[in-house]
Amino acid sequence: MKRWFKYIKPYLPFFIIGPVCMIVEVIGEIFMPKFLSMIIDYGYYNKEATGFVKAITDITGPGRNFILAIMGLMILTAIMMMVGGIGGAYFGAKASVNFAADLRSDVYKCVQKFSFSSIDKFSTGSLVTRLTNDVTQMQNFVNMLLRMALRSPGMLIGAFIMSLTINPKLTSIIAVSIVILITCIIIIIGKGFSRFSAMQTKIDNLNTVAQENITNVRVVKSFVREDYETKKFAEANADLKKTSFRAMSLMIFMSPIMTILMNLTSVAILWFGGNMVVNSSMTAGDLSAFITYVTQILSSLMMVTMLFINLSRALASGKRIVEVLDEKTDISDENARCKNTTVEKGDIEFRNVSFRYYKTSEEKVLSDISFKINAGETVGIIGSTGCGKSTLVSMIPRLYDADEGEVLVDGVNVKDYSLYNLREGIGMVLQKNLLFSGTIKDNLLWGNDTATEEEIIKAAEHAQADKFVTEFEKGYDHDIDQGGTNVSGGQKQRLCIARALLKKPKILILDDSTSAVDTATEARIRSAFRSELNESTKIIIAQRISSVIDADKIIVMNNGVITGIGTHDKLINSNTEYQEIYYSQTEKPEVNE
Amino acid sequence: MKRTLEDLQKRYNSSSSEKRSVGVSMPGPGGGPRRGPGGPPMRGVKSAPPKNTKKTVRRLMSYITSYAAPLIVVLFLMLFSTGTSLVGSYIARPIINNITDLSTPAQERVENLGKILLVMLCIYALGVVSSYLQSRIMLHISQNAVEKIRNDLFKKLQKLPVKYFDTNSTGEIMSRFTNDIDNIEMMINNTITSLISGTITLIGTFVMMIFTNIWLTIIVVCFIPIFAKGGAVLGKHSSKYHSKQQAALGAINGYIEESVTGSKVVKVFNHEDICVDEFELLNDDMREKQFKAQFFGGIMGPIMGNTSQISYAVVAGVGGLLCLFNGFDIGGLSIFCNYSRQFSMPINMIANQMSTVFSALAGAERVFAVMDTEPEPQDKENASSMENMQGHVIVKDVSFGYTKGKTVLKNITLYAKPEQKIAFVGSTGAGKTTITNLLNRFYDIDSGSITIDGVDIKDIKMDELRKNIAMVLQDTHLFTGTVMENIRYGRLDATDEEVIEAAKAASAHSFIMKLADGYNTMLDGDGANLSQGQRQLLNIARAALSKAPILVLDEATSSVDTRTEKHIEKGMDGLMKNRTTFVIAHRLSTVRSSNAIMVLEHGEIIERGDHDDLLNQKGRYYELYTGKKELD
Repeated sequence: MKRWFKYIKPYLPFFIIGPVCMIVEVIGEIFMPKFLSMIIDYGYYNKEATGFVKAITDITGPGRNFILAIMGLMILTAIMMMVGGIGGAYFGAKASVNFAADLRSDVYKCVQKFSFSSIDKFSTGSLVTRLTNDVTQMQNFVNMLLRMALRSPGMLIGAFIMSLTINPKLTSIIAVSIVILITCIIIIIGKGFSRFSAMQTKIDNLNTVAQENITNVRVVKSFVREDYETKKFAEANADLKKTSFRAMSLMIFMSPIMTILMNLTSVAILWFGGNMVVNSSMTAGDLSAFITYVTQILSSLMMVTMLFINLSRALASGKRIVEVLDEKTDISDENARCKNTTVEKGDIEFRNVSFRYYKTSEEKVLSDISFKINAGETVGIIGSTGCGKSTLVSMIPRLYDADEGEVLVDGVNVKDYSLYNLREGIGMVLQKNLLFSGTIKDNLLWGNDTATEEEIIKAAEHAQADKFVTEFEKGYDHDIDQGGTNVSGGQKQRLCIARALLKKPKILILDDSTSAVDTATEARIRSAFRSELNESTKIIIAQRISSVIDADKIIVMNNGVITGIGTHDKLINSNTEYQEIYYSQTEKPEVNE
Repeated sequence: MKRTLEDLQKRYNSSSSEKRSVGVSMPGPGGGPRRGPGGPPMRGVKSAPPKNTKKTVRRLMSYITSYAAPLIVVLFLMLFSTGTSLVGSYIARPIINNITDLSTPAQERVENLGKILLVMLCIYALGVVSSYLQSRIMLHISQNAVEKIRNDLFKKLQKLPVKYFDTNSTGEIMSRFTNDIDNIEMMINNTITSLISGTITLIGTFVMMIFTNIWLTIIVVCFIPIFAKGGAVLGKHSSKYHSKQQAALGAINGYIEESVTGSKVVKVFNHEDICVDEFELLNDDMREKQFKAQFFGGIMGPIMGNTSQISYAVVAGVGGLLCLFNGFDIGGLSIFCNYSRQFSMPINMIANQMSTVFSALAGAERVFAVMDTEPEPQDKENASSMENMQGHVIVKDVSFGYTKGKTVLKNITLYAKPEQKIAFVGSTGAGKTTITNLLNRFYDIDSGSITIDGVDIKDIKMDELRKNIAMVLQDTHLFTGTVMENIRYGRLDATDEEVIEAAKAASAHSFIMKLADGYNTMLDGDGANLSQGQRQLLNIARAALSKAPILVLDEATSSVDTRTEKHIEKGMDGLMKNRTTFVIAHRLSTVRSSNAIMVLEHGEIIERGDHDDLLNQKGRYYELYTGKKELD
């Protein structure tokens, strides 16, 4: 609760005035039937006036003028209610909108501070849902809360009190029906919840069948499985129908029960109340007001139920948001000792580094890694998928932190740099790389937003991207779709390399980022590295031996350990791992796009 | 390099909710949460109005008119239950008049009260029963109708050509199944009955009002234009701001989606601050627009509701005066006041339901558009079923383009005999995959001919043609289900032993046995719990199970590393025995042993021959093969 208060506090006046306005409306609504009963009892039947009514009759006298005065009062009340309602909507909207905007902004900032391991933990898809769907869900709830939370219970209590003042005995009938209604609601919701979640599972099932069918359409068609798929879908569909029928038939029970209860209560009240009127222990006006209160009480009870259903949903969303906000940013530069140091040369050293993805997991992704790279060297890293290559290089720009041991850049522990300075000195092309929606130029400028036209073109040339870029109609102003889906894999990789080159980094890391580029083009890219980034350290992770064969050093990895470091000539004679990879590829070079 | 708000809006708005499969939106004006607990995210009102309303309605109705008899029953039940509720509320009049009638002795009044209440109880009971029956029958009708719509849609989808799936994203097609059908379901389920019963109530209440007191009715009628006008003005405003809010929401969600999905890149480029700044721009814009939308949506209720309170006040006052001077009865006044308050309810309800109707119709239109899409061509009347296909393939002068005027393949000619292995080599976009797409008629050729065993593939029954061509694709597609089920997809009548045999042939058996439940291990969606190589082995096993005489391997091993490939190779060799095989490969290793290698460039075969021939030609293949040494 305290956490949420942070988002309420700046808008506290709105959060208070909004519901107060609502209360005005509720009070008006409660008094309206009472006014009618006054018209009947004092205006028509000329009952002996006391208290408030007497004060009016003293001025207006009985009969016509009294009725007109009450009518005036009623109109006034209705106008006040309208003002209250509008005010409530105004302040409620102010409060909920700002609440949500602040919350969204905080969650977004929080995600921006996430370390890679946190992103992996949540998965980007789930983070997107939390930021969009869950925040909206919370906002709807707050909005509803402000508009209804006080309104319905207020109405419930107010109407109940009014009926108590009119006739306590009859009120006991209402009390009984409230208890019965609440019991029914609890039973129905209790049962309904499991049935609705069963229905949700069936919906998911059906969607899975459809989704798989669509993505696998080539498989379905080539094995001629259309009928089989149709049958599968029809089964899932029938299943869904059955389950949702079960769930819905429970819900359609709700309204008859409510109606029966309401009607029975009315009949009971008319019976007992009618008897009282006959005995003159109650007035006809009060009886008529009383019946209106029954309706008000029971319907606000239904509203409260709705509120609870929504609460449970908002709680689920709230929990998912809190998980994000609570995620400890395990990588920070708060304790960095050399915050002003920038990466100047590009020496890299790993000292006994070990790492596991989850602190609890047994298996280490990297164990006891030690090596040294001098500034300006080209280093290749090779090994089968999942052996820890990517993780290893991710530790240099502190995308992950080592569990044990230390990583040094220019002799300084990476943890002692400010994150900004460290990452500014490193250009990294990730294995799963992305372009953002925007022009090609927009995307390249990510590397250096002050880069001139010439610098951009030069970087693109070195990444062997200039040629295909200029073939686009709009050249560097060619629009890239979200996720970069309108360029081919190889083009995307080359643009990503150009983007990293623009940074003019001291350390350049390519994580398997030329896999879709053909060997010849790749060779040209590498020769551009040699001439243009002569002084920078270059680390190249690759599948193909040809990509690393001429490196100053090749690091061979297997299952999280280094099995060999050396030049191609050395490794080909001494390292079985390397030999195996080499022979699986030689005689068999690759062609590609 | 922060962008401006306008720039951001323009960029991210186009990719808003329409494209996304999960629609996230705020509830529309007056449209609250509409789903049961745990339902998918609710969806607001679609702004796009349906285009051909009449036709869509008629077609949609055809799904429920097959339930004509129950529908008529429903209509009667609806009339009946609305009638009982109107009568039920009217009965308060004689009750109040009876108990306040001082001219009758008390004992008699109590007896009368008892009698009237008994009648009332009966009417209520009948009303409840009929309204329950009505919703029960309607639920039955709607669930069946929706089931049928879903099945029809899916069945139709099975008949659509591959081209449809290539040009429409999965998310887009899926949203037909999720959002659009949801909206339709909502409409059939609730809206139709609410609209009808709302109308009946409205008319009934009006009649009852006239019946009770004509003067008071005139007062209420005077308020109707205020309601109508006020409702229209407010509705216009609120829907205007609502669509602006939706646009802002679309933009911000698009931005979130992109920047969070790419958050690793954002970090690597120290771009966090710019992202936060741009996000704040969009967020503040959203704050402003959302406030307006929420405010105008929010005042609708209070203004309309309290206007009806005013009419209630006037009715109460004037009614009181009528009682005093015009002999109007107190019971009549009491029920009339209730009527006047209820009068605006069905109007509001109908107004609210209209938005549901529009989004449902728009959804229905999209669903029907899919159903109306041109299906794959029908088999010719005397199409051959090609029993005992040998696999003798002749491709002659084939040209093809995915879109008119853009030729992808030009004058391709090639021959493949049974047991031969034909390979295609070339860069992406050279047309390698296209050739295989033509072979099994995923796409139809523009000119030239393809024959198998001398029969033009257009004269072969489509199903038979495809049954005779087994494919292993680059993307490793698996279905949710057990390993056994996934392999059996290749031939549904295969016994367990045959499945295991096929797995052994594809050298998948050993890793399957290491899985938790062996062949009964459940695989989720895309087989995420298996490695890329393992998934590919299952695909190969699936193809091995099918006895198709023609085999197509489209980049089947390009996503696995070279050492894993070596492992798979054994499986492949077993697979290719006794079949005509077409191989598309990334690595020349897979291609080397082929009987013929076709080097494709820009849709043309520029070189052909076996490995040694091509090396001797010293052409493109030679360059590629020896590439690394030459170019380094």
